[in-house]
Amino acid sequence: MANRQILLVEDEPHIAEAIRFILTRAGWQVAIEPDGAAALGRIRALRPHVVVLDLMLPGRSGLDILTDLRADPVLAALPVLMLTARGQDRDRVAAQQAGATAYLAKPFANADVLAVVEAIATQAGAG
Amino acid sequence: MVRFALTGTRIRERRTLLRLRQADLARSVGISAAYLNLIEHNRRRVGDALLHRLAGALGISVVALAEGAKALLFDGLRAAAATDPAMPVPPELDRVEEFASLFPGWAGLLVNRQDRVGTLERMVETYADRLSHDPFLLDALHELLSGVTALRASASILAETEDLEPEWQHRFLHTIGTEGERLAETAEALTRHLDALVQAGTGLSAPLDQMEAWLAALDWHLPEPDTPEAATLQAQIRSAPQLSGDPARDMARRYVHQAQADARALPLRPMVQAIARLGLEPARLAAQFGVSLGVVFRRLATLPPDADLPGGRLSAGLVVCDGSGTLTLRRPMPGFTPPRFGAACPLWPLYAALCRPMQPLYTVIEMAGRMPRRFQAFAFSQPLAPSRFDAPVLMESMMLVLPATGDAQAEPVGLTCRVCPRDDCAGRNEPALLPRHDPQPVPPGLGV
Repeated sequence: MANRQILLVEDEPHIAEAIRFILTRAGWQVAIEPDGAAALGRIRALRPHVVVLDLMLPGRSGLDILTDLRADPVLAALPVLMLTARGQDRDRVAAQQAGATAYLAKPFANADVLAVVEAIATQAGAG
Repeated sequence: MVRFALTGTRIRERRTLLRLRQADLARSVGISAAYLNLIEHNRRRVGDALLHRLAGALGISVVALAEGAKALLFDGLRAAAATDPAMPVPPELDRVEEFASLFPGWAGLLVNRQDRVGTLERMVETYADRLSHDPFLLDALHELLSGVTALRASASILAETEDLEPEWQHRFLHTIGTEGERLAETAEALTRHLDALVQAGTGLSAPLDQMEAWLAALDWHLPEPDTPEAATLQAQIRSAPQLSGDPARDMARRYVHQAQADARALPLRPMVQAIARLGLEPARLAAQFGVSLGVVFRRLATLPPDADLPGGRLSAGLVVCDGSGTLTLRRPMPGFTPPRFGAACPLWPLYAALCRPMQPLYTVIEMAGRMPRRFQAFAFSQPLAPSRFDAPVLMESMMLVLPATGDAQAEPVGLTCRVCPRDDCAGRNEPALLPRHDPQPVPPGLGV
């Protein structure tokens, strides 16, 4: 259980804070990165077990970041939970095509975030 | 007297409808059958006196015979027929004239409804386009979702977490407060935006459509400059129901500005006198007054209905396009109704002129249709006056359309491919919606 690292790439401070609160309570170490352009470097430096990635980010879109991740042999298998907008089917399809491990539509339930993060971490053998 | 070229066609239609023999009608108005035949094929003009005798013999008003309000009705009915090519029982296109003559009220209603459907379809398309591309709506949606997400996550932490430390409790309550404010602001902005969209109402048609609707309501004629009526033009633009947005009103102001300048350069009375002396030859008129061809084209296309011209009221059409071929002004006339959207016929001399700047092009054209109509087309293109020396050069082409008489060789053209029956045309860029139909031969016993 110790040192389960997660990086949350999300520019909305209140959303980030709520997710951090929930995940921290469940035993995760949560880092937050609000800038899309800095996300990839942060992931390489931190090497988290799971990434939660917002689709609409300032600096760089979540889809571009995900595409780069999947093209990097070291990071290709990293579990990524993509946050999309509810009702925007195009976003969901794009997230799947870019290689998201899972996705959740905003506004999501806190319990769902936790459940999906645990599920993809277990799948990847990190839990 | 110069009559609109279709008068002959209408005489023939009316005679056929009444099942009168050409020889009988000719005898009753005191001309030979051969001469009537030439008139009916629009190869001889009809004088005033003869027109009155013909109208009497055919039981129809002189106006209906000479001006052919029905021509517009026929066009409208054909356009309506073209909108639904898959009808199990297709409209009887070969009997359009008969239908319109027998049931003018119903025919008018159908054309009117078809226009309305076109307007509404356009509006729906515009709404759909706005909803999927409107940057404000996309931003507002993102804002709303972000706010609601933060609100929901914070609220459920407060509601579901037992023994929440007071410090965290305070923070999430604060979040709910701030996000609530933000949602209220976003919702307000969204409401304002949607209100503006709804208010735009009729304004969803393009500014050019609005301006042309306004000009059509004025019969495409503005008061001559320096008259009391001209002084009220700016107020008229502000209150005209057809002009529902600033872009359309600005366009109307620019149009008025140019029309007044044109009218000062080419005043009505000397112009009418010159036409009587020189005829309707735009280049000769331009040389006579030392003005550009554009001034003459625009003036001829918008003369007042009561201008004292030697041939009576002049029926004239005008189209102007930019270097991309996009029509920037469409002044229609009976038989010549430029498309409101989509491409016009690529065979128009308007486009030939665009490829040959500064060279005047005179062509007699024949508009495709069940009743082919011939027009004189005067086309000319030139670069617009530059605004700066380092500004890009912009081209403008224009085509003045006047009725044709006589039987000169004519170039076959159409209005737009969608409604054009010429199926062997090299210029076709889109299949026709109209089924092809050959002109019906006159049944034996009805004609000569």
